[in-house]
Amino acid sequence: MTTWLPWKIARKELKVISRKKSIIFYNVGLPLLIAVAFSLEIKNLTASGIPGSFSMGAESIIYLFVILATVLPSTIAAYSIVGEKIEKTLEPLLATPTTDGEILLGKGIAAFILPIASIWVAASIFMAATDYISRNAGLGYYYFPNWNAGVMLLLLAPLAGILSIEVAVIASSRVSDVRGANQIAGLMFIPFVVVFFLGTEGVFSFSVANLLIFSAVVLIIDVALYFLSRATFSREEILTKWK
Amino acid sequence: MIETENLTRKFGDLTAVDNLTLRVEKGEVFGFLGPNGAGKTTTVRMLCCLISKTSGTARIGDYEVGSQEDALKIRKIIGLVPDSVGLYESLTAYENLDYYGTLYRRTDSQRKESNEYFLKLLGLWEKRDALAGTFSKGMKQKLAIARALIHDPEILFMDEPTANLDPESAKTVREFILDLKKQKKTIFLNTHNLDEAQRICDRIGILNTKLMAVGTPEELERSIHGRKTVIQLRQVNEAILDSLKKLQVKNMVREGNKLTVDVENPEEENPDMVNAIVVAGGRVETVTVTSSSLEDAYLKLVRENAK
Repeated sequence: MTTWLPWKIARKELKVISRKKSIIFYNVGLPLLIAVAFSLEIKNLTASGIPGSFSMGAESIIYLFVILATVLPSTIAAYSIVGEKIEKTLEPLLATPTTDGEILLGKGIAAFILPIASIWVAASIFMAATDYISRNAGLGYYYFPNWNAGVMLLLLAPLAGILSIEVAVIASSRVSDVRGANQIAGLMFIPFVVVFFLGTEGVFSFSVANLLIFSAVVLIIDVALYFLSRATFSREEILTKWK
Repeated sequence: MIETENLTRKFGDLTAVDNLTLRVEKGEVFGFLGPNGAGKTTTVRMLCCLISKTSGTARIGDYEVGSQEDALKIRKIIGLVPDSVGLYESLTAYENLDYYGTLYRRTDSQRKESNEYFLKLLGLWEKRDALAGTFSKGMKQKLAIARALIHDPEILFMDEPTANLDPESAKTVREFILDLKKQKKTIFLNTHNLDEAQRICDRIGILNTKLMAVGTPEELERSIHGRKTVIQLRQVNEAILDSLKKLQVKNMVREGNKLTVDVENPEEENPDMVNAIVVAGGRVETVTVTSSSLEDAYLKLVRENAK
C-alpha cells in the first residue's frame, strides 16, 4: 500500500464534501451548536454556586461529544461510498492501479478527520467556557482538562468514529441511497446512548477505568468490523453484489 | 496484446461468458458486438481485473489476468471508459483529470502537462474550471475518454462509448477514436452500433455469451453468403437462362426480368455472364454487385445462437 495515496484520495473526498453544504453544516455546525448550548446550560447550572452534581453533568456533556462521534463520520462515509455508487464513479475508480485498501483508507480518513476535528474544537470551546464559568461561580480550580475528558475525547471518540465509518461501509453495500446507509449506520449510536443514560442515572460512572474498559470493547469491535468492511469493500463485491 | 483462452465467467448458474478464446494484436482496434447480456461488459471487467474469472486464462501484454500480483500492473497499462461516464460532478473538469492523474501516480508536472493536453485536444480547455455536472452528455463522454487516457495507456477498453449520445457528439467521439487508431493505440471497443464497428474496427468479434464469429468486417459480411450480382434485363427468355447455366453460375434466382446470381469474383465472372446474355440475344439494362451487410451477418449469428 502506498502511504501517500490514501491522503490524496481523502483530499479529493474532502473537496467534494466541502461543496455539500448540508454535510458541512451537520459535521461542523452541530458540534459547535452543542458546545454553545451546553455552555449556556452550565452557566444556568452554576448561577447560584457550584452544585453537587456539577462533575457528573459536565462529564455527561463531554460524553455527548462521543455520541456525536458515532453519528457524524458515518454521514461522510456513507456519502463518500453510496455517492460514488449513485454517480457511477466506482467502476473507473476501481480500474485504476489503486488497491481496495488504499481507496477504503482514503475514504475513511476523509470521513474521520472533519467530524473528529470539529468535535475536538467544539469540546475545547465547551471545556474553556465551563472553566471560565465555573471558576467565576466559585470553583477553586479549572475543572477541565481532566483525565476523564481526555480518555473520552482522545480515545473513545476516535474509536467510536472508526466504528461509525466501518458500519457505514458495510451498510453502503446493502443500500442504494445515502439516507438508507446513514439510517443503518446510525444504529451504532444506540449502545452509546444507553451508556449515556446509565451514566446520568448513576448506574455507570464515567471514571477513567470504566472509560478505558469501554474503549477496549469498542476497539475490539473496531478490529472485527475492519475485517468485515475490508471484505465488503472489494472490487469483486462492489461490481457484482452491491445493490 | 490481449489474449484469452476458454475464458469463462459464471454468476451462480448463469454463464455470462462461455469459453471465450480470442487474440487482439498491438495497435488493433477490436470491436466486440453483441446483444444486451451477451457478456461484453463482463469480458471487459475480467480483462481490466475488476472481477475474477471462473475458468480459462487471459493475458494483457506480459501479465496474467487473475494473478493478484499482476492486477495492479495490468491496471497501470490500461485505460477504461465504462458504459456510464462516472465523473465526479461536483469537481471541475480539470480536477477530475487531475485526481485520476494522481491515482495513476503521475507527478505534478506530468499531470499539469497531460491535463492541459487532453482538455485542449478535446475542446474542453475553456471549460476546465466548470463543474463536470454542468457538462452536456457529449462533453462528459469526451472528459471520460480523456480520463482514461491521462496516463498514456497501451490499451484502451471502451464500453459503449457512443451509446446515449446525440449524432453530433457520437461523431466527435468516433473521430477521436479514429485519431487514437492512427496513434496505434490498442482499442477494445464494446458496441451495439454495427455501423460504428464497421467504420472503426480492424476486426470484430460477435459475442452472445459464446464467441460466434471473429474477423474483419468484410470477412464477416462474406461469411453469410458472399457477394451477389443482380442483372436487370429487358426480357428474360429460356435461351438466356440456358446460356447462363452453361457458365455453371451458382444459385441463380429469377424474379421477373431480374436475375440474381452468387459470385465469388464479380470482376471476372460478370463480363462472362453479360457476354453470354448478349450472345443469347438478351439486352442488359443494369448490372449491380451486392453483398450481405455486417448487420445480416450479426443478426444471422445471434439468431442462430438464440435457437
